[in-house]
Order: sequence, then structure tokens, then C-alpha cells
Amino acid sequence: MRFVEEFRDAELGATVAAQILSLLEPGRHYKLMEICGGHTHSIYRYGLTDLLPDEVEMVHGPGCPVCVIPMGRIDDAIAIAAREGVTLACFGDMMRVPGSEQTLLDAKAAGADIRVVYSPLDALRIARENPEREVVFFAIGFETTAPSTALTMTRARAERLANFSCFCNHVTIEPPLRALLDLPEFGIDGFVGPGHVATVVGLRPFEFIAADYGRPFVVAGFEPLDILHAIEMLLRQLADGRCEVENQYKRAAPDAGNPVALRAMAEVFELRESFEWRGLGEIPRSALKLAPAYADFDAELRLELPGASVPDPQACQCGDVLKGAIKPWECKVFGTACTPEHAIGTCMVSPEGACAAYYNYGRFAREGEPA
Amino acid sequence: MRSEQRVLEIIETARGKRPRFKDELVTMAHGAGGKASQTLIEGLLAPSFDSAALAELGDAGAVEVDGREIALTTDSFVVRPIRFPGGSIGELAVNGTVNDLAVSAARPLALTVSLVLEEGLAADELRAEVEAMAAAASAAGVEVVAGDTKVVERGRCDSMYVCTTGLGRVDPRADLGTGKIEPGDRVLVSGPVGAHGTAIMLARDELGLDAEISSDTRSLWPAVEAMLDAAGAELRCLRDATRGGVASALNELARASGVCVVASEDAVPVQPEVAAAAELLGIDPMYIANEGVLVAFVAPAGAEAALAALRTAPGCERAAEIGEVGAEPPGMVLVDTAFGGQRVMDLLAGDPLPRIC
Repeated sequence: MRFVEEFRDAELGATVAAQILSLLEPGRHYKLMEICGGHTHSIYRYGLTDLLPDEVEMVHGPGCPVCVIPMGRIDDAIAIAAREGVTLACFGDMMRVPGSEQTLLDAKAAGADIRVVYSPLDALRIARENPEREVVFFAIGFETTAPSTALTMTRARAERLANFSCFCNHVTIEPPLRALLDLPEFGIDGFVGPGHVATVVGLRPFEFIAADYGRPFVVAGFEPLDILHAIEMLLRQLADGRCEVENQYKRAAPDAGNPVALRAMAEVFELRESFEWRGLGEIPRSALKLAPAYADFDAELRLELPGASVPDPQACQCGDVLKGAIKPWECKVFGTACTPEHAIGTCMVSPEGACAAYYNYGRFAREGEPA
Repeated sequence: MRSEQRVLEIIETARGKRPRFKDELVTMAHGAGGKASQTLIEGLLAPSFDSAALAELGDAGAVEVDGREIALTTDSFVVRPIRFPGGSIGELAVNGTVNDLAVSAARPLALTVSLVLEEGLAADELRAEVEAMAAAASAAGVEVVAGDTKVVERGRCDSMYVCTTGLGRVDPRADLGTGKIEPGDRVLVSGPVGAHGTAIMLARDELGLDAEISSDTRSLWPAVEAMLDAAGAELRCLRDATRGGVASALNELARASGVCVVASEDAVPVQPEVAAAAELLGIDPMYIANEGVLVAFVAPAGAEAALAALRTAPGCERAAEIGEVGAEPPGMVLVDTAFGGQRVMDLLAGDPLPRIC
């Protein structure tokens, strides 16, 4: 696989790891946040912490699209799926996310027509092939997946598909980062930036982080070498006393983003006044809804939804995990009441969630550490 | 504040306990070969039937008849679509059961075949599957000695389901069991992993991917016999890496024998097409189902001979040593990643679900 295997080269990895070591300032501890759940997954999947010195601590950020969906929205999706004549199409990741009573997997077992799709266009195909069913696409994700939803909606409108709509839960990356940076005790030295989001939005939306908050920021790809390289670039900025937005992922993410995708998003979506984020609460202007021209395709307008805000279970500390305030294992219910098979929190469900990544990949006593 | 190590200890204690089946409904996860399946089997089935042979949770159960050890196993096949590149449900139904016997070191002798057919199934399709079963049985040297047919109304089953039961004679040279696995043992895999499950996923035509990937369905008895010839007494345990893939097979064995398995990601053979499809879907090939791949635990003294013998068996030319058994942490599978780190390779909670981005 070209463009993949080169970025998993262990020898190059060792070279970059040595560079990282050479950049450390004696006695200093570095806290770097990887924003995107895809990075969290890769860090554990490839055992990258084994290659990093103890002085460099990776803190997991809020960029896992499944993790940030609040319980009330899952309940809404289940309510949609439970309606007579409705087919709910959703990504596989969402199936095990707990709502207040059940998961979509449970709802499916109880008789709801829920189909796992791999792209929003699959949902459109289901609608075309089943004109007697009302097909609702459960759209989630940051700017990474929003353009494909947007293109799907433009196609649905062009085809005048009357039995297709979108339950839109797309969110944007900038507002939660701003919310985190405004936290009084947010001790992060720099950010590994979300490569997939940057392929769409480019670097501009992240410039405030360097300019206003004085933190270096490096957009990174998702292979292990990408992540190590981005960490090296961050440490180099810190060592040089620089504070910039840099792009490690130039092979996929142009500095200016993808204008076609941005145009499609601008046509189909508009900003919501406010949106509830799991564990982070309401964040103004942080999510997308369908623009008035697409109102006919908006499931929230077409169907009556409970629309309730459901507080997270008391034991759940997903919010603290998403803010990087605690490590997954520091959560009171981690690994005991909350496991991938019976999750309380979203961070334990998605493979990109920090808790699931740590539980599935990182959970063992390493050599030389007291067991 | 609890320390990280203390938290990990608490988790391992919890995981060491027998799972309880507390779910209100059966979901697709219970059929996926991961933790939900384990809960169903160990939490409901095994305790209810209370059989020492069943409690071994092997691929086949052992029955002693007049001093001779017989292996008995059964399996249902509900694959969709019923035909796919490299095989079909009929072939799968024979090979799957033959392989459950084979990895119990039992020479397959006889099979029974039960068919549940959907009203409206084309007779030609049925004929093709019966012929596929006959051909696979003949290739595996096993006789179909009894059978049953049922027809259900249209919509009550998906074209056809096949259930096969197999009987075999345990080879006297073999002394296999999860209890025999010891630190230092070597772990072999009989061929490239993940082909069957990937072929099925692509044959469903839901992914819009096109690749020449064929199911690996085949009888594994020749592979087992070759290893018995070469390293009989040194073979510790064999497992058919079907549902849940090699990762699940290793986890089941690590857990049952209270050892740690350390596998090397680099050493696991994967066809490039399978690796590419899995990469696109965000699925690890180690969790993808196989129908002609076994994992073998062999004492160090016999590992080289067993591997050489394995490579002479049809379809096992790319067999490889992929890891070693250690003592700590017990019940776990660790992987040395190709990038130089180490991580856990756990059972999945349910089906491997493609990631969204």
C-alpha cells in the first residue's frame, strides 16, 4: 500500500524518536494534546507511547465525533428508528452508543429498521430502492464527514427524493477548542492538529490558537510516523521559542483546505445557535443544521422528535476525559462498570474514544513498571 | 487517587470472573465471536448443560467409546450471500465442521447434514450447493451418513441454512488441550489471515469496493496430519480461527490456559488485497473471519518441524511463526507492533464495525 507503509517504517520511527529526545529541555515536562480521535486510536494502536520519552505526555482531546454526541440526540435517533415505516441509516460506530434507555443495537434487536451504512450515499440508495419507506440518515462528524453529507443532500434535492431526510448532528472543531483553551487550568503546551478536518478546512481556522492563545499547532496525518513527526515539530517550535500553525500533512491537507467541499457545506448547512456537546455542555455556534433551502430534507422539521436534553449518567466522566482533565483510567467507572461491551460513556464505545483506545490497546503493565 | 496499576489489577480481576448473561435481547453482537458471544456461551450455555467435555470450550467435544476417543462437533451456516468468490455455503458447511474436528486432532470420519430451505429457492441453486457439499466431503475424505430437510415459508429464512454435525477419531499421537500450553511455546498460523471475511464483505456489494479476494475455505485435516507426523507430541493446542479471526482464537486460548501470548504484527501473513480492504474499512485483519486458517501452539523443540510440515499442506505454503507464549500478564494477548511499540489485542465487543473517518 503506497502512502501507507512508508509511514509505518519502524527504522524511520526510531530516528524521529531520537530527534524528539534531543529536543527536550532538561527537567521540563511536556503536555501535548492530540485533538482527533483518529490520532488517539493510532497512538494506542501502534504503541507510540513506548517510543516517546516519559517527559512527553499525550493528552487526548475532544475530536472523536461519536464521543461528543449527547445522550438526548441518541434518544432522538432511536425515536426516529422506532417510528412505523421509517428506516434509520447510520454509521456502524453509532450502534453501541448508549442512549438513556438503550442503544441503537438494542433498538434494532427490538424490531426497529436500522441499517449500517458506510457513506451517506448508501443511505440515499436505500431511499431510492425503498420508495415506500421514509429513510433518515443519522449524520454525525466534524468537517471531515460534513461535505459528504452536503453532497448527498444536494443530490437528494436534485432528484426530488421525497422519502429521504437527514438528522443532522454535524459539529465544527473550532468552538470546542476555544472552550477548552478558555478553561482556567488548561495546561497544554501544544496541539497535534486534526489532519482529516484540515483536508477540508485548511489551516486558517486554527490560527487563533497560535495567535491568541500562544500554543504551537501542527496538523498531522494518521500514520504512526506522521504523529511522531508532528510531535517532533511541536517540540522544535517550543525549543526555538516559536508559536506557529504548521502542516505536517501536506500530502493530503492543502493549507487552504478544499474549496469545493467548503462551498458544498456553505450551500447545505448553516450554523446552529447552540448545540449540546457530551460532557462539555452547550457551546454556541458549534454545530451545523440544514439551511432553509433544504428544510424539506431536515428530519428535525419533518418528524416530531423528543428533543430532550438528557444529563450524562452521574458516574460518567466522559466530559473530563474529553477535556483532557483526567486520563481514561482515572475515571471512577473505567473498566469496571464501563467497558466496551457495556459502556456507560461514549468514550468507551467508539474505537476513537480515548477510553476504548486505552482499554482495548493500552491496558497492561509495562516491563519495568510495578505490576 | 487510585494508581494506574491498581486500576488495571481491578479490571483483570473482573475480567477473570465467569461472565454472566444479563442481556434482555439477543443482538447481532452475540453472534460475532467477541465478548458478547463469550458471555452467551460461558454465561448461559456451558453452565446449563454442565458437561465436562463442553466446559473445555474446544472446537469439538471428546467422547470416550470403548476406550477410544471420539470427537463430536456441530455447526450451523447462515452466510449471505450463499455463493461468494472462492466458495459457497455448501462447501463452507462441510469444511467448517471438518476443521472443527481437525483442530481437535480428530481424523474426520462422518458427517450429517441438515438443510433448512426457504420456500421459492431455485432447485438449481439447491442442486449446486448439494454438489458443492458432496465435492467438499469427498475432498476431505469424509462420508455424509445421515441428513434432514425442512422447508420454511418465504421470508422465514434467507435462501438456505445448513447445519452439519461431524464425527472423527482422535489421533492417538495427539495430546492437545488448553491446559497443555506453557510459556515458551511457539505460535504458528497456517496461512494468510482475513481472506474469507473480506471476500464475504465484498461479495455483499455494500462497500463499493472491488478486489480479487477469494474465501480460503478448505479442509485443514491435511495440515493437522502433517504436523502430527512431524511433531506429534510437541503439539500443545490447535484452534480454527473462524469467527472473530486469529485475534479471538489467541484470546480464547490465552484466557483458557492462563498464559500471555505475545504476537508480532510483522510476522502475520496477510494478502496485500486483504490488507488494503481492511485498511479502507478501518478493520484489523486479525479480527476478520477465516475458513481455512488454524493457529497452532507448539513446544519450542517441535516448532521448526511443525512449521516446515505445515508449509507442505495445500493452502498453507505461507504458514508462519507469529509469536510466543509468556507468563505475564496471564490471559492476555499482546502485540509487538510493526512500528516498534507494544499493545493489547483484546476480544472485540461485537462485530468489527467500520470506522467513520
